[in-house]
Amino acid sequence: MSKFLEAIQANRKSILQDWTQRLKSVDRRRDLLDDRELDTDAKNVLSAIADVPAETTPDDINAAGWQPLKELLANLSVLRAAKGFTPSETAIFVLSLKPSLFTVARQQWGKDAGELFLEISAINDFLDKLALHTTDSYIHGRDQVIARQQEEMLELSTPVVTLWDGIVALPLIGTLDSARTQVVMESLLQAIVQTNSRFAIIDITGVPTVDTLVAQHLLKTITAARLMGAECILSGIRPQIAQTIVHLGINLEDVITKSKLADAFRLALERSGRKVVRVDKSNGANTMSPRGV
Amino acid sequence: MERIPILRMGNYLLVTIQVDMHDKLALTLQDDLTNRIIEANAKGVLIDISSLEIVDSFIGRTLANIASMARVLDAETVVVGMQPAVAITLVELGMSLPGIRTALNVESGMEYLRETVADHEESDGYIGDSTED
Repeated sequence: MSKFLEAIQANRKSILQDWTQRLKSVDRRRDLLDDRELDTDAKNVLSAIADVPAETTPDDINAAGWQPLKELLANLSVLRAAKGFTPSETAIFVLSLKPSLFTVARQQWGKDAGELFLEISAINDFLDKLALHTTDSYIHGRDQVIARQQEEMLELSTPVVTLWDGIVALPLIGTLDSARTQVVMESLLQAIVQTNSRFAIIDITGVPTVDTLVAQHLLKTITAARLMGAECILSGIRPQIAQTIVHLGINLEDVITKSKLADAFRLALERSGRKVVRVDKSNGANTMSPRGV
Repeated sequence: MERIPILRMGNYLLVTIQVDMHDKLALTLQDDLTNRIIEANAKGVLIDISSLEIVDSFIGRTLANIASMARVLDAETVVVGMQPAVAITLVELGMSLPGIRTALNVESGMEYLRETVADHEESDGYIGDSTED
């Protein structure tokens, strides 16, 4: 075991006190973390450093002996990432241990400049590695948050709405990529089965660009819906997109396309044997909703 | 030997696939169905695949073949109740089965058969009349 680890073990109490004071004095986020949590965190980290098995050296923080400490720090950073700490705030938690350890080092080896330098650089090295590990874990935690949000957005972005008995619509908003199209396809087909719909309207007003890949995905969805016995109508094709489709040589001739969702809905109603008529105003005023004109 | 039952309902034949299709079963069905169409002088065939969960290119092709054969024998074929996963698989396999009529469930499939077969009979009758005239 290295000398400074022994020194930490011997002076555990004073180091902890010094460290927690330092943690509280630096500009930290009282709104996100209260003093008691901070004390517990500091105590746990320090004991993980001090109680490391005797044969473990601080040079290699990937050694098995340091695993508990690394896990502890990783959990801490992930938690803080979720709470909204910045990366530097998270790293400062570890780095602020440095001055406390340096104080101890000066007390122990203050008379021997060579020894003091060796130990201080060892401490420095060790804590830097821990701080880097903390930052890595922090970023990992953030990535997880981002991935989860992406997943949620994916689910949110594909609502299938029922327009009428037997007519469902899927208003697509945003860029379509392979992963999203898969979700879109599955949720549309599922909705067709659940609602027993003979007509499905795919509205692409909110899709900014249509390239060959997107068109292929759309065609696949339409074919799959047809195989299940539902008819698909594509609507909301903007002039720009119509031009792109033709320039790219995409064949949409087997697909019913309408420029507006309203037209597609009208067609679906017609094909299912329904008709929308204007109610005569004088009669309508009596029979219409009580909110009326 | 394992067989898929073919039920007769008036002018129509009803096939409900309740088990996982394997290649031999599909070929047997193809044989049986073509024979039954002739025997029963069927005008329509309804194949319900709502319990079918696994499909491969061979089964897809066999379904398409059955539909074409039935058409040659003067019977309309409609495939009903395809599961979303099966539809996705077939599309991914590049089989859009353009010759097959589909419907959501047995009810709408029957409705379709009645309409089309009735149309045929009407038009047949009309042609008959006109030739007599």
